[in-house]
Amino acid sequence: MSEAATLTKTVELRILRYLPASDESPSFRSFQVPYSDDMSVLQALQTIKDTLDATLSFRWSCRMAVCGSCGMMINGEPRLACNTFLRNLPPGPVTVEALKNFPIERDLVVSVGDFVKKIESIYPYIIPKEPKTVAQGTYLQTPAQLAAYESFSDCINCMLCYAACPQFGENPDFIGPGAMALLQRYNGDSRDGGQQKRLDAIAGEDGVWSCTAVGICSEVCPKHVDPANAINQNKTNSAFDFFLHYLRKDAAQ
Amino acid sequence: MSEAVPVKRSISPIFWLLFGAGGMLSALFGPALILITDVLGPTGTGLPADFESYDHALAFARNPLGKLVLLAVISLFFWHGAERIYLTLKDMKAGPLPVLKLATYGVAAAVTLVTFLLLLAIGF
Ligand code: SF4
Ligand code: FES
Repeated sequence: MSEAATLTKTVELRILRYLPASDESPSFRSFQVPYSDDMSVLQALQTIKDTLDATLSFRWSCRMAVCGSCGMMINGEPRLACNTFLRNLPPGPVTVEALKNFPIERDLVVSVGDFVKKIESIYPYIIPKEPKTVAQGTYLQTPAQLAAYESFSDCINCMLCYAACPQFGENPDFIGPGAMALLQRYNGDSRDGGQQKRLDAIAGEDGVWSCTAVGICSEVCPKHVDPANAINQNKTNSAFDFFLHYLRKDAAQ
Repeated sequence: MSEAVPVKRSISPIFWLLFGAGGMLSALFGPALILITDVLGPTGTGLPADFESYDHALAFARNPLGKLVLLAVISLFFWHGAERIYLTLKDMKAGPLPVLKLATYGVAAAVTLVTFLLLLAIGF
């Protein structure tokens, strides 16, 4: 098919706009964009910004589902805009909104401050079991030890799981699936000795116990991280820790 | 960061463990129990004729191990259901949380207690 023929087709994007300086509340605006088979929603947004309305705001960087910045609601579902192709969406207008469950900063840009604080609260780095000097060499790991946490290290912090999670929607203080996946990435690492600190951080009502095993986080995750599995493992760990911490206290006295 | 203030521990693990234990038991034995007591028993298929007789049931309930099995199966099934129903009602905002807890965990606790007392009352 000739390029000219495909380019004459257009697609309508209904975008939830919000400009805090002038708008009282978010409202939808429609744009017609030339359609091509290989066009992602992100490319459609970029076309709008380049040719129709330069004030449209959205986050993106890698264009290849790696950086996690382009999460938004596409036809009501949390998706990466760069990873969602127009050809795979049902015909008719495409609805694009800011990620659900997060405060909108402007247009499709949401505020991520609380999420970053949650990530920080679970010690997102290796706390070595036994510190080694450079001279002592590297930490070795068997393939099985790597496999124990590797899938959880694929998280790109895109927050799609938070937009999907009804419990996070009810309770914004819930630590949420993404942070729990990251926690398991470190707690499951054979080199790490920080398990107790992290278990202490999630033992509260807003920690792992806000989860009611809905499981939609794992369904929407673009990187197949399976945060629901991370949460489940840590419910077990946190439940044992609940009883063990009495023993620990006794031992300390 | 949160390091300075230790978080207040939730007591949810207690209910979650009871829920988990009940879930495991009901998955393992629930279908078999339904099959035996509701289908095979009443229709007399594949079981000894007096399998469901009162005397047999009583003997089972008087055996210390039998008591343990009955207590576990009855109470844990209830704790399992209670947790699920409580969380659902809470999500539906069906009422004040203490009321919902009483109507779910409360029932499971009462059933556990009554089962325990009855098992003692029928003797050994
Ligand atoms: S767990 Fe998946 S959906 Fe959640 S933030 Fe990480 S990559 Fe995104
Ligand atoms: S732009 Fe990086 S994930 Fe979409």
